[in-house]
Amino acid sequence: MKKTLFFSAAFLIVWLSLLPFLWFLATSLKTEVEITAIPPVLLPSATLHFYRTSIEQYDLLHYAKNSVIVAGLTTCITLSVSLFAGYALARLRLRAKGLILGCLLMVSMFPQISIAGPVWRILQSLGWLNSYQGLILPYVTLTLPLGIWIVASFFRELPAELEDAARVDGCGHLQTLFRVMLPLAAPGIFTAAILIFIYAWNEFLFALLIMTQQDYQTLPVGIALFQGQYTLPWGEIAAASTIATVPLVILVFFFQKRIIRGLSAGAIKG
Amino acid sequence: MHGQPVRLRVVRLSLLTRERVFAAALLFPGLLLVVIFAFYPILYSFYLSLHRIILGLPGLGQPFVGLRNYADLLHDRIALHALANTLLFVLSSTLLEVMFGLCIALVMNRHFRGRGFLRASILVPWAIPTVVSSQMWRFIFHDKYGLLNFILFGPDISRYQAWLAAPSIAFAAIVTADVWKTSSFAALLILAGLQTIPDDLYEAARIDGASAWQQFRKITLPLVRPALLVALLFRTMDAFRVFDLVFVMTQGGPADSTNVLQFYGYKKIFAEGLMGYGSTVSVLVFLVTFVTAMVYLRLLGKGMFGNPA
Repeated sequence: MKKTLFFSAAFLIVWLSLLPFLWFLATSLKTEVEITAIPPVLLPSATLHFYRTSIEQYDLLHYAKNSVIVAGLTTCITLSVSLFAGYALARLRLRAKGLILGCLLMVSMFPQISIAGPVWRILQSLGWLNSYQGLILPYVTLTLPLGIWIVASFFRELPAELEDAARVDGCGHLQTLFRVMLPLAAPGIFTAAILIFIYAWNEFLFALLIMTQQDYQTLPVGIALFQGQYTLPWGEIAAASTIATVPLVILVFFFQKRIIRGLSAGAIKG
Repeated sequence: MHGQPVRLRVVRLSLLTRERVFAAALLFPGLLLVVIFAFYPILYSFYLSLHRIILGLPGLGQPFVGLRNYADLLHDRIALHALANTLLFVLSSTLLEVMFGLCIALVMNRHFRGRGFLRASILVPWAIPTVVSSQMWRFIFHDKYGLLNFILFGPDISRYQAWLAAPSIAFAAIVTADVWKTSSFAALLILAGLQTIPDDLYEAARIDGASAWQQFRKITLPLVRPALLVALLFRTMDAFRVFDLVFVMTQGGPADSTNVLQFYGYKKIFAEGLMGYGSTVSVLVFLVTFVTAMVYLRLLGKGMFGNPA
């Protein structure tokens, strides 16, 4: 009895989590007639029609390319910057450590609108609106707290003896970091990479403000702004949404343990 | 002649000083970015809020108007409405999220077959881009082809409702979409708290004949309280930032019923070009979240965040 209750709760949770997305996935595989049918068609005829039209008429691949570039570069840059900063905060003697960590925590909680106007003006004066670096730099800034906190929490767990041994063997600070600590903290760095990538891939507000030309817009902006002639192009929106979501779902199913660990490291252990 | 004493000095730096210099160098790139793209913009927002700046009319210049924008804000009915909406949204969504999060965490904390699948499934809503989940829910609430209408009324089209056109339902729809997307994040934070409760406590309680409900009330709930507060803190700060949902699902309507401060600020600055007045809204959002964060950190006490190293 108790077991039945438990399993039905688990089943309900899984079902409610996946159903809305599965419904949209099904929508993307329907035909125009099936989408507007009442009652709704539960099983689509599995046509790729809307994938083709969203690529041909809405330039879907172009948005996807921009998303890959922006999210990919953001991940690389944030990681390398947080690697250094995280190491310094976790392993080195340093004044004002608490203050720096507190400031980073604060940055991660800023409402974006409170910096959006000025960031837009800075980028405008640099001529960086509608450029990759114009979006990547704010993204790096906004993902840094996450990156640094996770990387630092992994560095902190490594035993100090390793570092001491490296020093005794004559390694300088940089060598210790790259030869000894970095390989050991690799799982943490990988975890941070996943979370940073997901953040940059999903971000919408800054992408909307900074990329005003279609040539540079990322997937979320495209998906939010798709317009049909008379009605909303639901089929194309669903197809583009699926393209934007599938990489993340794959990440989640492969790396759920890492993601869970990273999220709670970033939030609780701190 | 000149180089010699300097070089000598470098050599004389103590190990500790050298370590500090090295650490500062490592931190420099990150802190530089944070200063340029986060802290300076906050101050700049405040500066802008004291001026009248209209993007479409550069000829007007940027006259200093003192606190005029703030006085206007106090009499701006839409802004006050947006503030009330934001607070209501934050309160209702975070409470629901922590509640559902606790339920999900309790289920996830058990050992059973298929636990990995359950964990991955609940991460899906968290990972989906908010824009995508907003479009998804907008479609579910659609007046003709939406799943909700069909579930409620079957094929009886005459009873179908345009949910997002009704003010209070549109608001509830946004809360629903947010709760669906982020309860799992709350669950993960709460789960981390649940896992720190030692099994012996439950065993002892069972031996003493405590019922499952009593165990929950007397052991689980008090011990998971700090984790609940952390989840509440993170969800609250994030809920203040609601934007994508509103932009995609309702554009703040109908009748400003889903207009929230972030969206209002965006509209003032970027749609209407009122950089000065819009910045006043940004400053308000910042202050509200800042004060809320401070209150939470007080509640949590220093032990939680004070000494991370």
